[in-house]
Amino acid sequence: MRPVAYSRPRTPEEAIDLLVGAGGAAMPLFGGTTLLDLAKLEVLTPARLVDLRALRPDYRAISRDSDGIISIGGLATMAEVARHPLLRREVPAIVAALDQAASPQLRNMASIAGNVLQRTRCPYYRDISWSRCNRRIPGSGCQALAGIATSHAVLGTSDACMASYPGDLAPVLAALEASAVVMGGGGRRSVPIDGLHRLPGATPQCETVLAPGELILAVRVPHFACLKRSTFVKLRNRAAYEFAEASAMVALDLEGGVVRDARVGLGGVATVPWRSRAAEARLVGMRPVDAAMDAANAAFREAVVRSDTAYKVEMGKRALVAAIRQAVAMDIADD
Amino acid sequence: MNDGHSLAPESRPAMTAARPLRADGESREAVPDIRPTVTTRFAVNGRFHAVEHDVRVTLLDLLRERLGLTGTKKGCDHGQCGACTVHVNGEAVLSCLTLAASLEDVVVTTIEGVGSPEKLHPMQQAFIDHDALQCGYCTPGQIMAAIACVRDGGARDASSVREWMSGTLCRCAAYPQIASAVLDAAGKMVD
Ligand SMILES: Cc1cc2nc3c(=O)[nH]c(=O)nc-3n(C[C@H](O)[C@H](O)[C@H](O)COP(=O)(O)OP(=O)(O)OC[C@H]3O[C@@H](n4cnc5c(N)ncnc54)[C@H](O)[C@@H]3O)c2cc1C
Ligand code: FES
Ligand code: FES
Repeated sequence: MRPVAYSRPRTPEEAIDLLVGAGGAAMPLFGGTTLLDLAKLEVLTPARLVDLRALRPDYRAISRDSDGIISIGGLATMAEVARHPLLRREVPAIVAALDQAASPQLRNMASIAGNVLQRTRCPYYRDISWSRCNRRIPGSGCQALAGIATSHAVLGTSDACMASYPGDLAPVLAALEASAVVMGGGGRRSVPIDGLHRLPGATPQCETVLAPGELILAVRVPHFACLKRSTFVKLRNRAAYEFAEASAMVALDLEGGVVRDARVGLGGVATVPWRSRAAEARLVGMRPVDAAMDAANAAFREAVVRSDTAYKVEMGKRALVAAIRQAVAMDIADD
Repeated sequence: MNDGHSLAPESRPAMTAARPLRADGESREAVPDIRPTVTTRFAVNGRFHAVEHDVRVTLLDLLRERLGLTGTKKGCDHGQCGACTVHVNGEAVLSCLTLAASLEDVVVTTIEGVGSPEKLHPMQQAFIDHDALQCGYCTPGQIMAAIACVRDGGARDASSVREWMSGTLCRCAAYPQIASAVLDAAGKMVD
């Protein structure tokens, strides 16, 4: 790891000043479970770490306002969010995604903001001995596209990058139309999670729409009738403590067994947290279990596959069908 | 990597300026020989410490290299194996991905702070009773993770224990014995 300076600001304004002043050379730090890992590998080479820990007391709360919007502090830990009674009752898919993410130790350390902003696990990105990685060295090429893919994406890929977005939570948030409350040099703004991450296109090194110095202070989840019947299925190489090969979040609002409203999020199969509006459209107005396969086919219609990633389509479809069945079987308690 | 923390920061060897680092031949830009340091004040196993160290030092390296607490083990140094598990303010965390600098006013408990040779912690005793180790390298991390598992309500049944303990790997694969030890100790732990 390269030498690095450290600051522990007491207010977001102070943190933003430090970050903006350093351009892209300073980086916010919370749990460090992505940042320190990648700094040790010298994939990320910040000149200064701006530790957000002292801001935590003000940005860790979880609450619901009178419009039913649930606000989750950006500096709440994954563990705190996963065990929160409000979320367990109102948005089970968020809890299910977090309960299956990483390990208890990592969930005690990592923040919601850091989780959403975690980096790909693409081995060519993580290992700087590979000379080709457009995400790490713009314009250098893509070793996965040129060679062997390992758990790479089939949706949202480009000629420059096929690295998958690995997180479990962000696809859930994206599909539920959640947004990040962001504060930076230019003031406050709201950024939809579905759109926070940029598709790789020709510039995979530009990973999000955040400007240097912009902090995620909270995530807001708007109220929809489908939230209570929401669930998450994760398929991985071992039963626990592993990133998703494919995951699916399904939220359903049912009336008389027919879908009134649906949300579908996919993880592990796409370059960014993925909402499938095509799958949602196939479910609305239908009996969900009957329409499940049709929705799964629609979700992966645009998939770009090769021999070494074709399995992802099959796994993604199965995850989605399983999640639809699981959502239908949920026993929803009334208020 | 973060070696040599036992050296005082100012006595660290200077780094050569332009070492080729990347396979594409791009050389490392010349970095000035500055190693920013910080002073961390925190309590470990009931003893207060104030240590000046290179910003890059992790809690794991600080414990092992500076405080001589070598019970906490380094497996992967990348958050993947759980061997380095300790408690910070009572919560299980990975000390290899915890920047020591970020610890302010916290209480750290390591395996050395659990039980005593005369009176083992119920979890330590259960690991012995259930033969829950072979080489023993993962055991300090297993025990710290296991105590937290019980306290956090993860020791409901065998499958819940397996899920809660899944972040702590055992290359000797003592998993069935570890799970029985955790369930056994769960009934005997008072704190
Ligand atoms: C072994 C292992 C297994 C894992 N398994 C899973 C898994 O199964 N599922 C899963 O979803 N994740 C998994 N993860 C990833 C883990 O969940 C993330 O590393 C973690 O959530 C990041 O949070 P953090 O607080 O540690 O972020 P940090 O590492 O501190 O920061 C991550 C990034 O976000 C930026 N950042 C942090 N906070 C803010 C903020 N408030 N505003 C703006 N920018 C910010 C940092 O600058 C950095 O770029 C795993 C990680 C490891 C090491
Ligand atoms: S040494 Fe920390 S998780 Fe492996
Ligand atoms: S006892 Fe050998 S690694 Fe667990």
